[in-house]
Amino acid sequence: MSEFFQATVLLGLLTAGVRLATPFLFAGLGEMLSQRSGVLNLGVEGIMLIGAFVSFFVAFESGNLYLGLLAAILAGAFMGLLTAFVSVTMKAVQGISGIGIHILGLGLSGLFFRLTMGSISTMRGFPRLAIPILKDIPVLGRVLFNQNWMVYAALLLVPISWAVIYKTTFGLKVRSVGENPHAADSLGISVTRVRYICVVIGSIMASIAGAFLTIGQHEAAFVNNIAAGRGFIAVALVYFAKWNPLGVLAGAFLFSMIDAFQLRIQIIDIGIPYEIPVMLPYIVTIVVLALSTRGRVLGPTALTKPFVRGVHT
Amino acid sequence: MSAIKKSVPSVQSIELRSVTKRFPGVLANDSVSLSFESSRVHTLLGENGAGKSTLMHVMYGMYAPDEGQILVNGSPVHFRSPKDAAEYGIGMVHQHFMLVPSLSVLENIVLNYPSPRWPFLDLAAARERVVAMSNEYGFGIDPDAKVWQLSVGEQQRVEILRILFRDASYIILDEPTAVLTPLEVKEFMGVLRRLVADGHGIVFITHKLNEALEISDKITVLRSGKVVGETTPCDTDKNQLAGLMVGREVVPTWQKRGAAGEKVILSVRNLSARNNKGLRALNDVSFDLKEGEVLAVAGVSGNGQKELAETIAGLRRIDGGEILLGGSNLAGLDVKQRIDSGLAFIPEERMTMGVVKEFSLIENVILKSHGTPEFASGIFLRAKKIRDSAVQAIKDFDVRTPSADVAAATLSGGNIQKVILARELSSRPKLLIAAQPTRGVDIGASEYIHKRIVQIRNEGVPVLLISEDLDEIISLADRVLVLYEGQVQGIVPPSTPVEEIGLMMTGGNTHYVVDGCEDSETPPTTH
Repeated sequence: MSEFFQATVLLGLLTAGVRLATPFLFAGLGEMLSQRSGVLNLGVEGIMLIGAFVSFFVAFESGNLYLGLLAAILAGAFMGLLTAFVSVTMKAVQGISGIGIHILGLGLSGLFFRLTMGSISTMRGFPRLAIPILKDIPVLGRVLFNQNWMVYAALLLVPISWAVIYKTTFGLKVRSVGENPHAADSLGISVTRVRYICVVIGSIMASIAGAFLTIGQHEAAFVNNIAAGRGFIAVALVYFAKWNPLGVLAGAFLFSMIDAFQLRIQIIDIGIPYEIPVMLPYIVTIVVLALSTRGRVLGPTALTKPFVRGVHT
Repeated sequence: MSAIKKSVPSVQSIELRSVTKRFPGVLANDSVSLSFESSRVHTLLGENGAGKSTLMHVMYGMYAPDEGQILVNGSPVHFRSPKDAAEYGIGMVHQHFMLVPSLSVLENIVLNYPSPRWPFLDLAAARERVVAMSNEYGFGIDPDAKVWQLSVGEQQRVEILRILFRDASYIILDEPTAVLTPLEVKEFMGVLRRLVADGHGIVFITHKLNEALEISDKITVLRSGKVVGETTPCDTDKNQLAGLMVGREVVPTWQKRGAAGEKVILSVRNLSARNNKGLRALNDVSFDLKEGEVLAVAGVSGNGQKELAETIAGLRRIDGGEILLGGSNLAGLDVKQRIDSGLAFIPEERMTMGVVKEFSLIENVILKSHGTPEFASGIFLRAKKIRDSAVQAIKDFDVRTPSADVAAATLSGGNIQKVILARELSSRPKLLIAAQPTRGVDIGASEYIHKRIVQIRNEGVPVLLISEDLDEIISLADRVLVLYEGQVQGIVPPSTPVEEIGLMMTGGNTHYVVDGCEDSETPPTTH
């Protein structure tokens, strides 16, 4: 009996882990693309919050979840253009302007929530979509193939990102712009254009990550600051992943499993204050970041450096 | 193979008509008119800042000219970016290599080149062509190697391959030999001849007279943004070219007097250290530096010279060994203590390490001595004393500046170097370490810096001179130490043939050590 119980708990943990990895995957892969082009988008958290609110609001009002997602994509694109304008065109210090974007997203999502909805409402989010045949695989079937479609999309984005970065002409341009924009420029690549594209795509993905937090849940709802630091963890994840999509996958699962674990701990009362497990993902973030600077993997060396023709930094 | 070849027109001639290019406060090119032909090596000779690179950046579409016209094969063109120039068959190898270190050779070559399998890369097709071209020119480049793994000379060949891959018929080379060893220069000249024989046109930018005379079909001398002379190697000589470059006759104003002393001032014993990547950069380095001696350290960039200077100056931790200055070990001392024991240091990175560029010249001159009783009472600076002393030093060291209060960043490289010299030498050092003291400095200022170095040498102060300029090394050194991969390859007299020093720089020949740093494993070589 107890063995069965333990297996159920473990299975539940894994299933929740895969689900919770989804926002990290969307936001992390998007941030990775942005950083690969040399732009640190620290505003991911704020963009996630906007995506979370906009998608929920539009879906709630229209009754159409896909319309909500489309609204999140548009809002993400807008935030991306804003970020790119500040970081690429105006050449602002990216660490600081990113904090600004975060605060903007936090404030706007909270403000509009209060103005338009005011109180917590719920609706049905995207339903589970069990994949025939695959869902019957023992363990794996339940953990991986009985989720909603956004989870599958996030997982598919891993090989897609990998192929885009390493196998396409666009990916090669992105890598060159992030590492030696002068070289890219000398061959006629528009550094500005590549960075805009990457930041906008990255922001759209962050916004989708936010949408997953509301309309991607079985019981969809928006509450203030719903992202709760996940956007910042996604940024940290990219460093942990050493700018590699497979690393982002590994990191996303590491953090989501810890997240799932701490949620379970909160429920089963084992006599420790609930704040302690809640802290866990953030503590792990700090430890992982402190350790992952070891090793000498070359990141995008032009990261956070605005490009000025003729000025070598 | 033919599937990925674009049709690029062949450049027969390029003409620049009254090209003027201004930057804020600088007239980089002043109505320059020049014409270039195919199958020729056309050398642009001039000092740093003469406007050679700017002119070529205009011709390559990186800068739009403020005035004037570019004509290719007789018809006017307007390049909005390097891509436009490339479409006309013009390619350029820049002074800073335009390669992405973490990418492979192939990836660098096909970067922004149309792929037949768009949107995917087609490295297989490109590989075939690159290997064929590499073999044709005897480059021996592995197309799958990462660029960071290649030597500087190999990286340069990758740049050339990339241009040839794009079917350029006219190639601009900006100071291509500055980073090469003498042997590599020889090979490089061979490549140039080959390219010209194949009908390519070459613009060769340099400030080295020998090279200009050796390879050129035509030489154009630029000074202060203007064309000041056009000639061929047969119609001119070194002195005339130097005069044209500088605008006056160049005569050395210094002379080494007397032989070096016998008393050992600095003794480095079995020194080991790592570079910034954590890899071994200095391996068991030992040498003695004697009173009134210039010991020049020669080597290809990145063979431990920088780390050697920094370990002695106290900016880099040592893994093992001793640094004895006047008998006492510096190894445990911090930078301040080393300065106090008589060490003066001219760092390689003059803008970042040599001066605080936002500070005034006065502040820069007293950076090291602001805490001494002469310039401070208690915690307060003595403004008047400082100003008087700094103004005097600036005058003594011939710093050309509108005032002593301007920020260091506003001065030219040569004048900044004089400010550093003023600071380092006014403290009456016991030892001077000079790392690349004249790199990027104009001939006039270079002459002055050499004069000062020889002057303190004549006064008995030993100088450790680190340089990549073999001409500088041979003219100043009493002995030449060659570093290769962090090890002392040998210590030889400056009269050693340049080719031989060049060979040692590439690890080709271990020479017997002349002085006390015996190296029992290697026998003396005979010549």
